[in-house]
Amino acid sequence: MVGCAVFMQQTQERTAKMLRYILQRILIIPLLLVLFSIIVFALIQAPPGDFLTSYIATLAASGSSLDVTEIEMLERQFGLDQPVHIQYIRWMGNLLVGNLGLSLEFRRPNADLIMERLAPTLLLAFFAFVFTWIVAVPIGIYSALRRNSFLDYVFTVLNYSGVAIPNFMLALILMWLAFVYLGMGVTGLFSREFELAPWSIAKFIDMLGRIWLPMIILGVAGTARLTRILRSNLLDELNKPYMISGRARGLSEWQLVMKYPVRLAINPLVSTIGWYLPELFSGSLIVATVMNLQNIGPLLLRALINQDMYLSGAILMIYCLLAIIGTLISDLLLIWLDPRIRLEKSLT
Amino acid sequence: MSNNEFKKTTDNEQIKSFDDEQEKVLPASAVEPSTEAGDLFIANEAEDRVSVASNWTLVWWRFRKNKLAVVSVVILLFLAVVVLVPDFFATGDPEKTEAQLAFIPPQHIRFSFQQGRLRTWVPSVTGARDPVTLRMVWQIDETQPIYIDFFGRGRPYRILGLIETNIHLISTVNSEDLYKLHLLGTDRLGRDQWSRLVYATRVSMTIGMASVIISIILGLILGGISGYYGGLADNVIQRLIELLQSLPVIPIWLALTAALPRTWSPEQVFFAITIILALRGWTTLAREVRGRFLSLREEDFIMAAELIGCSRARTIFVHMIPTFTSHIIATSTLAIPIIIVTETSLSFLGLGLRPPAISWGVMLQEAQNIQALALAPWLLIPGVLVIISVMVFNLAGDGMRDAADPYGH
Repeated sequence: MVGCAVFMQQTQERTAKMLRYILQRILIIPLLLVLFSIIVFALIQAPPGDFLTSYIATLAASGSSLDVTEIEMLERQFGLDQPVHIQYIRWMGNLLVGNLGLSLEFRRPNADLIMERLAPTLLLAFFAFVFTWIVAVPIGIYSALRRNSFLDYVFTVLNYSGVAIPNFMLALILMWLAFVYLGMGVTGLFSREFELAPWSIAKFIDMLGRIWLPMIILGVAGTARLTRILRSNLLDELNKPYMISGRARGLSEWQLVMKYPVRLAINPLVSTIGWYLPELFSGSLIVATVMNLQNIGPLLLRALINQDMYLSGAILMIYCLLAIIGTLISDLLLIWLDPRIRLEKSLT
Repeated sequence: MSNNEFKKTTDNEQIKSFDDEQEKVLPASAVEPSTEAGDLFIANEAEDRVSVASNWTLVWWRFRKNKLAVVSVVILLFLAVVVLVPDFFATGDPEKTEAQLAFIPPQHIRFSFQQGRLRTWVPSVTGARDPVTLRMVWQIDETQPIYIDFFGRGRPYRILGLIETNIHLISTVNSEDLYKLHLLGTDRLGRDQWSRLVYATRVSMTIGMASVIISIILGLILGGISGYYGGLADNVIQRLIELLQSLPVIPIWLALTAALPRTWSPEQVFFAITIILALRGWTTLAREVRGRFLSLREEDFIMAAELIGCSRARTIFVHMIPTFTSHIIATSTLAIPIIIVTETSLSFLGLGLRPPAISWGVMLQEAQNIQALALAPWLLIPGVLVIISVMVFNLAGDGMRDAADPYGH
């Protein structure tokens, strides 16, 4: 009875400590965001000249020009006549109330531009993520159980190539093959008739027909890595004494493997979600540019090149936010999944 | 179960695995079949060799068992030679443009016996303009062979900027044919792909390695301070690492490279990119170094070194760092391909190195247009080189990591 009470108390303490840990992690997010915003602002501010000068240059190149009062008005409107720290505070203040500013190039609110493209970005990352796990886990388990079999070697070679091929190269090669042998362009996320249409079920279905190729391209490297880690983790577990005792008790091999070593081997992989999700978001940037996918990647690239600083700033902040959320999700998942870590974290 | 008991079992395991290791790393020559009488003697000799072998010898014995890794290192050494003397491998001027010679397909090397000796040659190409599309169409003309002269004369250059010579790996017997030689074809501007590829290899590999060297220096210093001194310095450095690691890499790289002034010379951009890529690379290494320092600090031999009056610097550089040098080498080898891929991607997007600089990414820019690619698939060749180099770096690095681990399988 006494022991039971002590145990209950310990459990309660542990839960309290864990809650405190989670709270700490959440409370640190605003601080991280402030730090990131300073870095991002420094970056978008860094190029010599600002977007007004490049805008004026573009106008001049196309034959039209702005007069002095118009330039001054624009400068005042965007706060470009103020010193840098005032500009930063104004930008931050606007971000806090959800005002992402105006894109000078598109002459539209940045929030609208980004919102249009945020859904495809998140969906693509999500699909690639699901693809990675669905493919990697069975292959990893198979390779470990049938170690040094023919298929294991095939998968190993595929894994090494999967890691070695930069995803934009893979995109280029597949696009080229599709163009030459199938005579079709596989660029873009939507058919032409849906490109500018608002979201609808028909548009979503249209996208599903096109998203699979970028999904595979984006997921290949992650799949290869995941398979390799899972295989070696599982190999470590398969020789443990509990396997022998399980067999001695007459568990079927399938049950035995799925119940203990696989669960143990997958746990450390969960911690990789933390960097894998953000990597998918930002990794899609290059693939999206090559394949002309309508997500925020090409928008960022364009904004950076044209010095559309508030647009690029807003997109960079969104990438930062996604990275932070990704890390948080994986940390929480890990605590939830692995009692050993739960214990360790709560004791320190 | 008490803590002590647990420790004992792991110790036993370690001893056991070390014994296994000894058997495994026996040099191949030592376990040759022999007569029964000599058997015992030879086994002893082999054991002796293992027990007196230095750590590096053991690492080498383990490493050379991994054939794939050994082959990778050989390829890497070859690439290193290309990096050091690109002019020797180049057949022409990488920057010479000749719009008339655009999109010449690669010329395959052929062999034939003529007058009793083996001759190496490539067919020449003759171009004619398509009257409809106004595009040059290249026909392979086997009647006009270009004979290849290995180690022949060509453009003069200096080896490492010192020795002047004009010997090239591949040259033509008839020096007038040299400008017709395009082993890997030409690009949109009629530049020789083979020569460009050679110089691109130099630039891309150099960026990868230079950046990793900067990462190592930063990682060793900051990780060392963090692990050895602990306290406030450790806290600050750890938070900095966490901050850098949670930044979304690719977007930030893009923004950083976009912020480089457009007026900078290719050399300045080259150095800037090298440093930018190292900015995050050091964090992984610093973490590893810190962990090593933390565990080494508790070891008896470090305390012994301190007790006999070694200075801090001596303790660190003579007693601590040598214990994990092999790990640092392995980790850095694995870090190089990541940097190479990043540089290639950035340059490919037009934000990294810019022409007239030549790197794999800059060359791949030419392949961005799918129509051009369908017309001239050989524009993808630089990408093949990226894949090969990333693969050999990974294989070699994996091999080194396994070899450096005394308790590995």
